[in-house]
Amino acid sequence: MSVPEKREKTGQNKNRKTTLILGLIVVGMFGFGFAMVPLYRLVCNATGIGISGSSGTGRIVDSSTTKVQKDRWVTIQFDALLNENLRWDFYPEVKKINVHPGQSYEVSYYAKNKTDHKIVAKAVPGITPWQAATYFHKTECFCFTQQTMDAGEGRDMPLKFVIDPALPEDIKILTLSYTFMDTNRESIRDTREVELPVSVKHEG
Amino acid sequence: MSTDVAHEEHHHGPPKGIGRWLFSTNHKDIGTMYLTFALTMLFVGGASAMYIRAELFMPGIQFMEPDFYNNMVTNHALIMVFAVVMPAAAGLANWMIPMMIGAPDMALPRLNNLSFWLLPAAAVMLILSTIVPFMPGTGTAVNTGWTLYPPLSIQAGMGMDFVIFTVHILGVSSILASINIVVTILNMRAPGMTLFKMPMFCWAWLFTGLLLIIIAPVLAGGVTMLLFDRHFGTSFFDAAGGGDPVLFQHLFWFFGHPEVYVLLLPSIGVIAMIIPTFSRKPLFGYKSLVGGMAVLFTLGLVAWAHHQYTVGMAAGPTTWFMIITILISIPVGLMLLNFMMTMWRGAMTFETPMLFAVSIVLMFSFAGVTGIMLAVVPADLEYHDSMFVVAHFHYALIPGALLGLFAAAFYWLPKWTGNMYDERLGKIFFWWNVIAFNLTFFPQHFYGLAGMPRRIVDYNPAFADLNMLSSIAAFAYGISHLLFLYIVIKTVKGGVKAGNKPWEGAQVGTTGLEWDLSSPPPFHSYATPPVVK
Ligand code: HEM
Ligand SMILES: [Cu+2]
Repeated sequence: MSVPEKREKTGQNKNRKTTLILGLIVVGMFGFGFAMVPLYRLVCNATGIGISGSSGTGRIVDSSTTKVQKDRWVTIQFDALLNENLRWDFYPEVKKINVHPGQSYEVSYYAKNKTDHKIVAKAVPGITPWQAATYFHKTECFCFTQQTMDAGEGRDMPLKFVIDPALPEDIKILTLSYTFMDTNRESIRDTREVELPVSVKHEG
Repeated sequence: MSTDVAHEEHHHGPPKGIGRWLFSTNHKDIGTMYLTFALTMLFVGGASAMYIRAELFMPGIQFMEPDFYNNMVTNHALIMVFAVVMPAAAGLANWMIPMMIGAPDMALPRLNNLSFWLLPAAAVMLILSTIVPFMPGTGTAVNTGWTLYPPLSIQAGMGMDFVIFTVHILGVSSILASINIVVTILNMRAPGMTLFKMPMFCWAWLFTGLLLIIIAPVLAGGVTMLLFDRHFGTSFFDAAGGGDPVLFQHLFWFFGHPEVYVLLLPSIGVIAMIIPTFSRKPLFGYKSLVGGMAVLFTLGLVAWAHHQYTVGMAAGPTTWFMIITILISIPVGLMLLNFMMTMWRGAMTFETPMLFAVSIVLMFSFAGVTGIMLAVVPADLEYHDSMFVVAHFHYALIPGALLGLFAAAFYWLPKWTGNMYDERLGKIFFWWNVIAFNLTFFPQHFYGLAGMPRRIVDYNPAFADLNMLSSIAAFAYGISHLLFLYIVIKTVKGGVKAGNKPWEGAQVGTTGLEWDLSSPPPFHSYATPPVVK
């Protein structure tokens, strides 16, 4: 082999090797994108840094042993929102209550399927301010499971909760919000074809 | 394999006919195709910008449905980012890097052909994404903006699927191009051309290429999940099925923030060549500029969520992203200092490339200032999604990317064509372009701060006067590019002979081997590698 030929040969091998390494990075990063899906949830749940309120979805606490803070009041406001794909009525029975941290309470939301067909929907919770999310414990919630309603059906849905006495002193008002959405994805396009009535905004 | 190809065609000139372009493995021809494609798409993306400004000329809805207006915004941004700036920068890399480092061609010439020819296919898909929604039964227009956030992007009509496939194709194209460029820079340098003897443009592209290799696959993954959510019943981003739309934002901006450096760095590399040339002084702080880019590269990868301050992240991560974002302005500022110190006491002359370079330093600094304002969380909660952000990133991207590409074109056209461009026309283009640009975008700071939101078809009549100014200036700005086209065509056709070294100042400091070649350079250059002392 002449000198330039040899040079060319080693050059090619080198190129192949570098290309391979870079290609592996590409594949790895593509995988990393998908790995973000479980990782993101893990990190957020472990540290509570995710979207505000996401951690308030369903921790069961034993409220019998926690001390009730009789001398402290916290105001809880209830909010209800409907995704644009869902033509239901949805509102809290009470808009706000004052509670003692450590004591268990029960309130309820009302929902009614205004359409002429059965719908499976899911409520996604949110808590403001986000700092309160880890101190808001639900023992029972309609948001834990999907809700199925036949055409025209309506019902009260319970929500039981306890505020952790460790809730920081400066948080005096807490807003709990639920957004109900149709789990059937086609519904999005269906409702977009029909002009939505203005009344999709929540009432009550 | 690859070098065989370069070898066969060695001794003859370019092949004849259309085959020369379709099957080209020649870095210069592919570079020319990239640049031509980018310039063509500049006018397509420009047309949608003109359309946007025409709609915003007056308050009220002039001639666009809100969804269509937002489709124009999407279309404009995607074209400018993916079909203008990135291909143009890749075109410069193709043309210049092998000549600068004394390589016979790119390391992977066939891949090079593929990465170019994917682009026109993607461009067609992208344009179709705007046309498809006009057919009955195809759902809404692509009304999400270039950020493609769900849930809107899950609900949008069939046009969105075209956008998703466009992003896939463009991603593949830019990943292949980046791999090629990085391999070329790492392996194909002539003996003696050490990394720290390389022209700064090569360094800039080394970082750009590596960044793209890291981030583009993440975007591809993100839009793939979007596609699955739309059609295959998954719930990556759908809250009703237990997904989280904010996850998409993280994936998008993990790509999106470094992407702004992908757009910026090649142009920084260009002006790092131009400023020493016309100051007749070596670049001030060569190694510190390389270091600055390395810091930018690293910090840029962990700053993404400054685009998401308003989504309700907790204080901890928000603080992290704020601090990193503010830290980034340090290497950016130091880069600008490198340029200013290079000019300091230099024997400066102001030919068109230098005019662009100096104006870039000035105007880009301004984007840095508004960037810091946006980086501060409490302030950004107010500015976010307003026209102020639009002003910020147009000051960052037009000087930081586009004008650098124009500067490069004027700087290297004599080398590429062998002809000098018309300096008088070049200067007219510069002043016309830069003044119109400022008149278009400077007022957006004001009406942005005053509360005009972005991506909304209508606005409060209080902002009418300044918007009218923006629109009129925008038309002047748009038209100025026809002059650029004319100058380029004129230079390609003929002109004063440029000679091998059209810029005598290009010989100072760290220079590449491109100036040792004739102008225009032979079809195959550096078949036997030169030796750098
Ligand atoms: C000192 C450096 C910079 C800082 C601190 C900075 C900061 C920011 C922040 C905080 C935002 C988000 C604003 C919001 O949406 O509320 C933003 C947006 C943006 N920046 Fe910068 N930036 C800097 C430099 C750059 C550069 C160099 C580029 C590109 C060359 C750039 C391009 C953009 C773009 C395109 C957006 C808007 C993206 C969108 O929402 O569509 N910025 N910047
Ligand atoms: Cu950013």
